[in-house]
Amino acid sequence: MSALAHVSTASGQPASPPPAAGPGRHRFLPYLLLLPGAAWLFLFFAVPLVQLAAASLYDPNGSLSTGYALTWAFGNYPTALQAYWPQFGRSFLYAGIALVLGLLMGYPLAYAIAQKAGRWKNLLLVCVVAPMFTSFLVRTLAWKTILSDNGWLVGLLRDVHLLGPDGRLLATPVAVVLGLTYNFLPFLVLPLYASLERLDYRLLEASSDLYASPLKTFRRVTLPLSMPGLIAGTLLFFIPATGDYINAELLGTPNQYMIGNVIDSAFLVRLDYPQGAALSFLLMSAILAVVFVYLRRAGTEEVL
Amino acid sequence: MARETPAGDLRLANLTKKFGAFTAVDDLSLTIPQGSFFALLGASGCGKTTTLRMIAGLEEPTSGQVLLADRDIARLRPYKRPVNTVFQSYALFPHLDIFENVAFGLRRRGIRSVDQQVRQMLSLVQLDGYERRRPAQLSGGQQQRVALARALINHPQVLLLDEPLGALDLKLRRQMQIELKRIQTEVGITFVHVTHDQEEAMTMADTVAVMNAGRIEQLGAPAEIYEFPATAFVANFLGQSNLIAGEVAGGNGGEILVTAHGGRFSVPAARARSNQGPVHLGVRPEKLHLAGTAAQVPAGCQYLDGTVSDASYVGVSTQYLLRTGWGTEVSVFAANSGAQQRFVPGDRAVAYWDPRHSFLLGRRTGEDDRTSPVLDEPVGASS
Repeated sequence: MSALAHVSTASGQPASPPPAAGPGRHRFLPYLLLLPGAAWLFLFFAVPLVQLAAASLYDPNGSLSTGYALTWAFGNYPTALQAYWPQFGRSFLYAGIALVLGLLMGYPLAYAIAQKAGRWKNLLLVCVVAPMFTSFLVRTLAWKTILSDNGWLVGLLRDVHLLGPDGRLLATPVAVVLGLTYNFLPFLVLPLYASLERLDYRLLEASSDLYASPLKTFRRVTLPLSMPGLIAGTLLFFIPATGDYINAELLGTPNQYMIGNVIDSAFLVRLDYPQGAALSFLLMSAILAVVFVYLRRAGTEEVL
Repeated sequence: MARETPAGDLRLANLTKKFGAFTAVDDLSLTIPQGSFFALLGASGCGKTTTLRMIAGLEEPTSGQVLLADRDIARLRPYKRPVNTVFQSYALFPHLDIFENVAFGLRRRGIRSVDQQVRQMLSLVQLDGYERRRPAQLSGGQQQRVALARALINHPQVLLLDEPLGALDLKLRRQMQIELKRIQTEVGITFVHVTHDQEEAMTMADTVAVMNAGRIEQLGAPAEIYEFPATAFVANFLGQSNLIAGEVAGGNGGEILVTAHGGRFSVPAARARSNQGPVHLGVRPEKLHLAGTAAQVPAGCQYLDGTVSDASYVGVSTQYLLRTGWGTEVSVFAANSGAQQRFVPGDRAVAYWDPRHSFLLGRRTGEDDRTSPVLDEPVGASS
């Protein structure tokens, strides 16, 4: 306080030297740098979020034509959950199965690229990222062709009797899960790759020198050291996969619809804004709860 | 405390390792007695680390055997060998604390109650109380001791040390040398220590093997190698030597006569590696003494005369360079005991030595005098 007062009086005197370029002068610089991002976040995230929260509490009897009234209708939440809990469960189930499949494929892939690929490393990384150059929608439509009833895959599976003579892949849960796995795999592989790439092979040698078989070395050294990438990758995979509606829409039927499809239709087809908003908030809190539990366990090294 | 396993000598038989066309280790055979402190000494790229890695199982030999108590372990996976390594980089597990790092080997072998052993080992390396720290929170010297404890706790039959002190500063290195020697005596495990630092090898090891280009040049006790080197490489890699090119001119009983640059010298036959043809007459700089004139040379000594071309005062001694009549500069280390006459560059002087301190090495025809030391590589470089 006294220092501040001293500075202000000193600067007021013409004889005093100009203020030094000390830390004081840059005190507001970090905030200035934050400003564009913060403004963006405020306008396009915070404000709509509050609006959505308000919408979830509108009078459920209102409509776009008659207008909505904020009646603090908390009853919207249990109503929505009661009506659509199967889609909720399905979202987490499909995303969970897709995540397991993604890990089974993605971990060995990331490991191979990071530790064993040598000079092919960059090429393989491009191969992982390359599909992203086409749109999500187009890639999912391509899967529709691959899984179609008269496609080669279904033909092959019927021939080896893995599918019945009129069995199909398209419009089944299998198709939706495969689509989710495929579409979100790069988000799992890239952070994992970054973690595994930094892994010092000398630690693996040390582990092997200390009586750890390759399997034990993986469990005790490789896996714990790749945890940051594994956590980031699973979150980047699981969160958007849970809220996804494109895969269920294009590769499934209403019987495979996930919660994203319900929210989509609530806002754009049924025009039931309070319900769409309530479902959005339910989904958000469910994901936050899952992530919170996951991070708590992963952080203490007992996730596995 | 130690597991009662019948240990034994470590024997390398015709061990060879090729990387493509390059032969890193060339038909190496040697025996390391149980319980000894053995140093593999050599410059960077001489194959010493490759040899160590083959003993550890981290490198598969191209041919040959690694025998431990007469059992060939050359093709066993590293985790199945009763051998542990202290790595040059320490390779401590960053995600585990010090306790778990040290307990790692015991736990992997399914030993449940590790608590007492880990604490005992940490106190052996004087790190009591550091159990819950992470490796990154420790200094280089402390990390080195954790690496040592992590390997020793397994009571291996052989402990391999790959330039373990290379990353430490000079003072700490001296301290750890004494410490390592103490621990080795205490646990009685065979230590195989790879280093490029000749002083480190001599301080600690019972037996030193000097390696060059994938082969062993000489093997023996440090004093034995230093006092009577077998090759010119060893004479200049281990300390410094004045090697003067000459020819054997005959012998009488216990003496071999050598002519070099017009002078005639004699060397006791027991100090000769070669007794015919071209030879190097070698004398260590500290075995040379300076006198003003030939008349001052004690009886029984031999001498060279020349002009003092350089005098460096280094505290405990003064290092002179004496330019001989044929142009070669020989090094003379004179102890600063206060008893000797001091010389300045330009003075005429004679360098004399007792023939019992000289040695005779075989020389390839055409090879000249060798008086400069093999340049030591920078600390921390690996082979």
